[in-house]
Amino acid sequence: MTTVTAVTGNTEDANNPYALSHLDSLESEAVHIFREVAGEFERPVILFSGGKDSIVMLHLALKAFAPAAVPFSLLHVDTGHNFPEVLDYRDRTVERHGLRLHVASVQDFIDRGELRERPDGTRNPLQTVPLLDAIDKNRFDAVFGGGRRDEEKARAKERVFSLRDEFGGWDPRRQRPELWQLYNGKHSPGEHVRVFPLSNWTELDVWQYIAREKIELPAIYYAHEREVFARSGMWLSPGEWGGPKDDESLETRQVRYRTVGDMSCTGAVDSDADTIEAVIAEIAVSRLTERGATRADDKMSEAAMEDRKREGYF
Amino acid sequence: MSTTTNTGALDVVDAGATSLLRFATAGSVDDGKSTLVGRLLHDSKSVLADQLEAVERASLGRGQETPDLALLTDGLRAEREQGITIDVAYRYFATPRRRFILADTPGHVQYTRNMVTGASTAELAVVLVDARNGVVEQTRRHAAVAALLRVPHVVLAVNKMDLVDYAEPVFAAIAEEFTTYAASLGVPEITAIPISALAGDNVVSPSANMDWYGGPTVLEHLETVPVVADPSEDPGRFPVQYVIRPQTAEHPDYRGYAGQIASGVLRVGDAVTVLPSGRTSTIEAIDALGQAVDVAWAPQSVTVRLADDIDVSRGDLIAPTATAPGVSQDIEATICHVADRPLKVGDRVLLKHTTRTVKAIVKDIPSRLTLDDLSQHPAPGELVANDIGRIVVRTAEPLALDAYADSRRTGSFLLIDPADGTTLTAGMAGNAFAEAAAEAAPADAADDEGWDF
Repeated sequence: MTTVTAVTGNTEDANNPYALSHLDSLESEAVHIFREVAGEFERPVILFSGGKDSIVMLHLALKAFAPAAVPFSLLHVDTGHNFPEVLDYRDRTVERHGLRLHVASVQDFIDRGELRERPDGTRNPLQTVPLLDAIDKNRFDAVFGGGRRDEEKARAKERVFSLRDEFGGWDPRRQRPELWQLYNGKHSPGEHVRVFPLSNWTELDVWQYIAREKIELPAIYYAHEREVFARSGMWLSPGEWGGPKDDESLETRQVRYRTVGDMSCTGAVDSDADTIEAVIAEIAVSRLTERGATRADDKMSEAAMEDRKREGYF
Repeated sequence: MSTTTNTGALDVVDAGATSLLRFATAGSVDDGKSTLVGRLLHDSKSVLADQLEAVERASLGRGQETPDLALLTDGLRAEREQGITIDVAYRYFATPRRRFILADTPGHVQYTRNMVTGASTAELAVVLVDARNGVVEQTRRHAAVAALLRVPHVVLAVNKMDLVDYAEPVFAAIAEEFTTYAASLGVPEITAIPISALAGDNVVSPSANMDWYGGPTVLEHLETVPVVADPSEDPGRFPVQYVIRPQTAEHPDYRGYAGQIASGVLRVGDAVTVLPSGRTSTIEAIDALGQAVDVAWAPQSVTVRLADDIDVSRGDLIAPTATAPGVSQDIEATICHVADRPLKVGDRVLLKHTTRTVKAIVKDIPSRLTLDDLSQHPAPGELVANDIGRIVVRTAEPLALDAYADSRRTGSFLLIDPADGTTLTAGMAGNAFAEAAAEAAPADAADDEGWDF
């Protein structure tokens, strides 16, 4: 069986003193993208959720500008249903690197009556409005996202520099051709550019890089005992967001998270992978994508991601 | 480090031995490109269960009995509705020997610009041909675009061999015709492989139906084709992206020039020239993302420090003095026009070259190329979407431009509409095709200025 673990090298390349490993190639490319944005935009911001992709993005930005500080602030779109471990991680990271954090709160919009809670209780689709509001109010002109093309088929079509109109919308038919490494960041007032430095990374690349660079993650990425209940084929965590219902019962299981998002739609997977080595080994043989395994919002329709992106989502 | 299979993550993390191949696929509408891509993804275990289930569900939903693998690659609503591919998609897969980034480009004639997009970063192009039809107009177009973009390796995949009884003479004739044509364009390396993407012959596993074929399968070739050129043969080129000046107590005087090495090798102690100013200095230190090194090479992202405190900013080019390029404000180039609005003589545009964006005027459009037969149309007046042609541009400031033949990185540029930022054209400085092409196909009588297509 052909596995996706890359453990043996191409001899010819390995003997070439100028060969770069695939992780070095991806790192070099991502750093180039960060520096292009720093050179061409006035007010860039990094979307930071405390999830592994945004953590890797921040790590790359720190390396790109060392020994100077990262010339960007962070923006977190807080659904109000975040894992407490992740919020704690977020705050410690901001503190440690002396960064500035903007928080766009879904709860605030609901409290003010500008957003309405959905009947299913999930708040992930509600993030778009506070995100676009924060971009507008802070006049951000470049917004880094941790999206990867391997995540989802609509994302597979997205450019590294993705122009968004004044409504934040993405029009796949109007994308600029992206040629060589010549990223075109030109935009009109009111428009902004979403930038995806991890476009060419896969989930496995991200984990290998985290291991190589010894990057700390929120503990919920590793196997731990947790009270969960089953809904729509996923293990969800109980919380004030509205779970479990009367007919759903809690049980204690050994689980971990492959993605981190809104608690109402991010499921845990059964796992005893409690170290990064074990996590990588588990992903390498998994027959499910991370979104397929743990994200309810992508299952809403065949084009759920494309539709949300057209609205301004990442 | 041990390289035995599945002994744990430390081996997996020790990625020093794995390499990355970026390649593009091109094929006409019914050549079976989706099937080939689907089989490569499927047989390398890159299609996971939930993705297959989604395809099966969608296929059943529209009354198809078997899963339509094209749904794996056609991700947009419009694509699924019309059953066509309208844009480049990027796919990722891996084998134990190598990792792959596949630019899956549409085959429609009107989307030539998308093949240009996919080919611009590719080290290898797979051109698909239907064995029943042989080399057609679209095949020549794909070969010409690969040659124009200087993709180092081209694979001719002669597909649907099962429909011609796996006959060797059919394959040999197509391979011969294509190789002659592509070589005349200057394509440096061509590998022809007879396949059936549907039946799986020679895609991942060797075919039992074609024992007359002794070459590699498609995947085997992708895994073994050399991807690392020797950067020490190329002149050093370092476009400055960003100036790093911490101005902190710890680093009061640090002044580093951050960028990605575009070509060649840089060493501490190299005498360098900064262009376009022409000032000279010496490389005092190279920081490779936090680690001081003596030597660095393309395409590493590094930070360079110079011995002298001279004026260097974003857009400048640092190059070893011995091999520094000349600078010019007059650029002759071959372009592929990628925007819907035409490009005309007299247009005022922005030109983005490496990290430098300058104003420019289109002074002349001497010719337009017909890709099908490589004939030239002199003085077309304008170039429209998907056209390939020669242009002459005058820039407001001097640029340190190499010929695209010498460097895909420092010989390429974009023209951008200053009004709204639209990317107008993909530019390649200097002659379009390699010298071999110029010799094999002399320019016609209308071309008295020596434009070598």
